[in-house]
Amino acid sequence: MPFGYVSPEQQMRDKADYARKGIARGRSVVVLQYVDGILFVAPNPSRALHKISEIYDKIGFAAVGRYNEFEALRLGGIRYADINGYTYDRDDVTARGLANLYAQNLGQIFTESMKPFEVELVVAEVGDSSDEDHIYRLTFDGSVFDESGLVAMGGQAEAVANRLKERYRDGLPLAEALEAALFALTEPGGERFPANQLEVAVLDRNRPHRRFLRLNGPRLERLLSAGSAEAEASAETPAVPPAPAPEKSDTAPTAPEGDIDTGSDS
Amino acid sequence: MGSHRDLPAGMVNHIFTDTGSSSFTEFVRSHSPDLLPGRNDVLATPVGDQIPHATTIVTAICAGGVVMAGDRRATSGNIISQRDMEKVFRTDDYSGMGIAGAASTGIEMARLYRVELEHYEKREGRTLSVAGKANRLATMIRGNLPMAMQGLVVVPLFAAYDPDLDGGRIFSYDVGGGPYEQHQHHAIGSGSIFARGALKKLYREGASPDDTVLMLVQALYDAADDDSATGGPDLARRIWPVVAVITADGYRRLSDEEVAGFVQTVVDSRMTSPDGPTAPLR
Repeated sequence: MPFGYVSPEQQMRDKADYARKGIARGRSVVVLQYVDGILFVAPNPSRALHKISEIYDKIGFAAVGRYNEFEALRLGGIRYADINGYTYDRDDVTARGLANLYAQNLGQIFTESMKPFEVELVVAEVGDSSDEDHIYRLTFDGSVFDESGLVAMGGQAEAVANRLKERYRDGLPLAEALEAALFALTEPGGERFPANQLEVAVLDRNRPHRRFLRLNGPRLERLLSAGSAEAEASAETPAVPPAPAPEKSDTAPTAPEGDIDTGSDS
Repeated sequence: MGSHRDLPAGMVNHIFTDTGSSSFTEFVRSHSPDLLPGRNDVLATPVGDQIPHATTIVTAICAGGVVMAGDRRATSGNIISQRDMEKVFRTDDYSGMGIAGAASTGIEMARLYRVELEHYEKREGRTLSVAGKANRLATMIRGNLPMAMQGLVVVPLFAAYDPDLDGGRIFSYDVGGGPYEQHQHHAIGSGSIFARGALKKLYREGASPDDTVLMLVQALYDAADDDSATGGPDLARRIWPVVAVITADGYRRLSDEEVAGFVQTVVDSRMTSPDGPTAPLR
């Protein structure tokens, strides 16, 4: 055996650890369904470098990790969506197709290149009803997870997801969904993020043409204060206990089949 | 296409090759040029009379925005090839375009132009300036010049709400490109000579959007009156002009019921005075 030999298993494990560490360094992003569509919330002091973006009429994108890497994926996604919508019809662009494209590329990069991408993505598509909404989460190795209800990724993702599950239930109005997201993103006992430190967007199924809308400025302030007033009111009169949040389907990657995903179980 | 090893950081798909430009058209040209309109080699024979042509588009500035309207007829030579064609298109939240000339190329161009504007917006996180939008359309028209010489002439009319001016702006084009900014009002297409004459007499500076819609419906009626290729209001089939109002609230296409109201007003008044309202002599 040559000196310096590293087994493929070890290589994959090292790459996965490297990527996971990079992703955990940043802040979390949460994506959750609300009554009229899908809400994206990311603590982000930068006005210029977005973590949340519009991809197409019904499709939104959120990412954590290294900016230049997910930005390349975002731009590729926009090109994919625009060229397919132009070649066929605007309704023929789906989040599923886009998630597969990303999965294929992330998987290839993970196995072939020295350094894996340190990113985790959400591709979400809003449907005509909440049953037709799709939220796909993609990890650095190209695994795709078909999520329902809510996703938290990046930073202390697991703790954030658990806090989000406490507050989440189906069919939340926008202000309450935003309140739940902020509750989850704030560490217990920590300061709330002010409106100018937040990047918030929705895919609103009731909008015509392009469903994606950024919420900022006075509109966001109003939503934030409406949400916290609501939370205080419900804290005083603890009414119905929140319905159990849907299980995360961590165990069942939809594509590619879990073979190359050496990182997820270690 | 080269192997994926030519691509940045192991990307396996050419979708991820950045052209360095925010233009969708530039990207399509490098990715799949056949998708672009008017890329065919020179046609063996001019096809001008054999393919459907779209006709009259009128537009006028109103208080706080701009209104655009188009008739619904498409003609191939002396045949009416479609009675309910749409030739006024939403291009983004604050702009729209109307097309006259070869219908097929025009529709394709409007589709491409819409994606072009959105693509820039999504990539850059900002909307193009109105002048930028108008220039971009000029480049697309200029690219079609060889086809125009073979009879596939497309001439658009572009109208947008400009947030810097808090008002509407109109840009016209010729087969070689443009843009030419128009003040107050403009019309294109076969019936445009008559529509422009009518608009000259009917136009009122700073009129409300509703009054401006009425103005444009009057002008289209006059165009249809004198031009065989322009369709008048089809009362039997209930086909009305397409009317779009673009203001600070965005692009809004009026519903058929709303347009029917305006058309009815015009048709009723023409029952007593077929040539329409008379302008004061001095």
